[in-house]
Amino acid sequence: MSDVAAAGPVFLDAGESALVVEFGRSVDPAISDRVLALDAALAAAPPEGLRELVPTYRSLMIHYDPLRLDRARLVGLVEEQLATASADIRPGALWTIPCCYALPHGEDLAEIAALLGMPPERAADLHAAARYRIYMYGFSPGFTYLGGLPEPLAISRRARPRPPHDSKVVLVGGGLSAIASFAMPTGWYVVGRTPERLYAPERASAFLFEPGDSLRFEAIDPTTFAALEARADAGEVVALRTPA
Amino acid sequence: MTALRILSCGPGVTVQDGGRHGYLRYGVTVAGPMDALAHAIANRAVGNREDSAALEISLGGIELTAEDGPLTIAVAGGTFQTTLDDQPLPAAVVATLEPGAKLRLRAGAAGMWCYLAVAGKLDLPAVLGSRATHARTGMGGVDGRMLQAGDRIAVSPPGRGAADAGTIVAPLLDRPADVIRVLPGPQQDYFAEDQVAAFLAGPWRISPRGDRMACFLEGPTLRHAGGFNIPSDGVAMGAIQVPGEGQPIVLMADRQSTGGYPKIATVIGTDLGRLAQARPGTEIAFRAVSHGEAVRALAEQRAFLDAPIGIEPLRRDRFSSEFLLGRNLVGGWIDARQPG
Repeated sequence: MSDVAAAGPVFLDAGESALVVEFGRSVDPAISDRVLALDAALAAAPPEGLRELVPTYRSLMIHYDPLRLDRARLVGLVEEQLATASADIRPGALWTIPCCYALPHGEDLAEIAALLGMPPERAADLHAAARYRIYMYGFSPGFTYLGGLPEPLAISRRARPRPPHDSKVVLVGGGLSAIASFAMPTGWYVVGRTPERLYAPERASAFLFEPGDSLRFEAIDPTTFAALEARADAGEVVALRTPA
Repeated sequence: MTALRILSCGPGVTVQDGGRHGYLRYGVTVAGPMDALAHAIANRAVGNREDSAALEISLGGIELTAEDGPLTIAVAGGTFQTTLDDQPLPAAVVATLEPGAKLRLRAGAAGMWCYLAVAGKLDLPAVLGSRATHARTGMGGVDGRMLQAGDRIAVSPPGRGAADAGTIVAPLLDRPADVIRVLPGPQQDYFAEDQVAAFLAGPWRISPRGDRMACFLEGPTLRHAGGFNIPSDGVAMGAIQVPGEGQPIVLMADRQSTGGYPKIATVIGTDLGRLAQARPGTEIAFRAVSHGEAVRALAEQRAFLDAPIGIEPLRRDRFSSEFLLGRNLVGGWIDARQPG
């Protein structure tokens, strides 16, 4: 069930220079659609004084300069967009991301499979067969939150974080999947690793995905991983983008 | 090429510009100065744009010199002990740093952060459009890290070596942190009214655990009305999140772009620097203000920064005339609206 507010969104201040437009309180594709539609509409015609837009699961944070853009005027503009914008949003691209589930990359795959009572191969197959929605970035540069994890793989995050994982790992935890660009300790489980660089500051597009895009993983073996990683490190994008 | 040379350096000293903007939606931290007003004043005092890259000095302190030519520098923020070749200077000052002269900044009477701006441009590569250091992700500044002894930062081109020097007149920098103004929300409805009142009253003591990422507060335990996990949403600088244990955390310059705890209130823009400058052990309370009051405070600060920065001649009773002549210190005004 969706809890999209029928009466429209709620406007919340996050200090005098940021406005949160909240469409609901849960993680839900219908709510995310509304967030992304407003994000796209404001990005297409940004008012003077708008600084930055941050879409998340159920709200859009609008950073603005209140000395150049009056709060009441900003709220009015958002309401206008919501009244006139079509319900359709830009259909996202589909990304195919290579992922190696085998050791040494899928460090925690055996652990999570044991907890879920299935063989590791089954857990990897389930993960690779699903189609994910890119809800948002957060946490660290290029860290991507993915909805659409198959129910049999849903597991709580660890009670205590594990030691730092490698860069470019594919994670499962808290009913979601995710991709992390930076090495760090985590409460998630590392099920695989991608040779693709989700954050490459020197590349023309430092980041690959937009929130709202879809994503699937293609299982690869460690030899293919090594070959693709060398190409990715040389600046090539090894993920495949299929336009909507 | 004219350069700054770091002779010695404590931990936590970084290069910061106005911050890395435009990439929050991709999970990139803004970083930038902890005390944006002091950072802007130091830059304006040497004729730079206010968001130029400058050094953010921690309580660890720093010792540096100029190489291959003189540099006009400004120091502002906190009340640090500043000496030039062992002669004390005021806490907010413009001076000329001659090659070989030794400028030393050390923790002083008050404050956590001090800014050292250099007339001209620090020759460092921009990462995603900014030179702000975010050490956790290795972005910006000098190799994405804190500064260390031996670092050399070229200044290219150096600003006009203005002889104008003296005390920076910036009464706005003299700001006690006893009462910090906040705007309630965005998630104050995750707390009962008496808990919001308890939050405002405090008193809160600033914990020594803080860093550029967050300011931890110790005081009464706040209870959530319901759960304390929310779907992660955007986090503004100054957001005060309350995790399960009930002790608030104010998220500062190096905060992550999103977070999953309810945010009871947000520190208003003009009071962020005041909070950042408060030392561990300082007792504070919060006062809720309206959006209009927060914007008026911001407009007042903006007007101050848009006006020329006052530079008063150094007082001769504190410095020998020989020293003043040697340093070519004379009074004057710099029109801060004209970038050098």
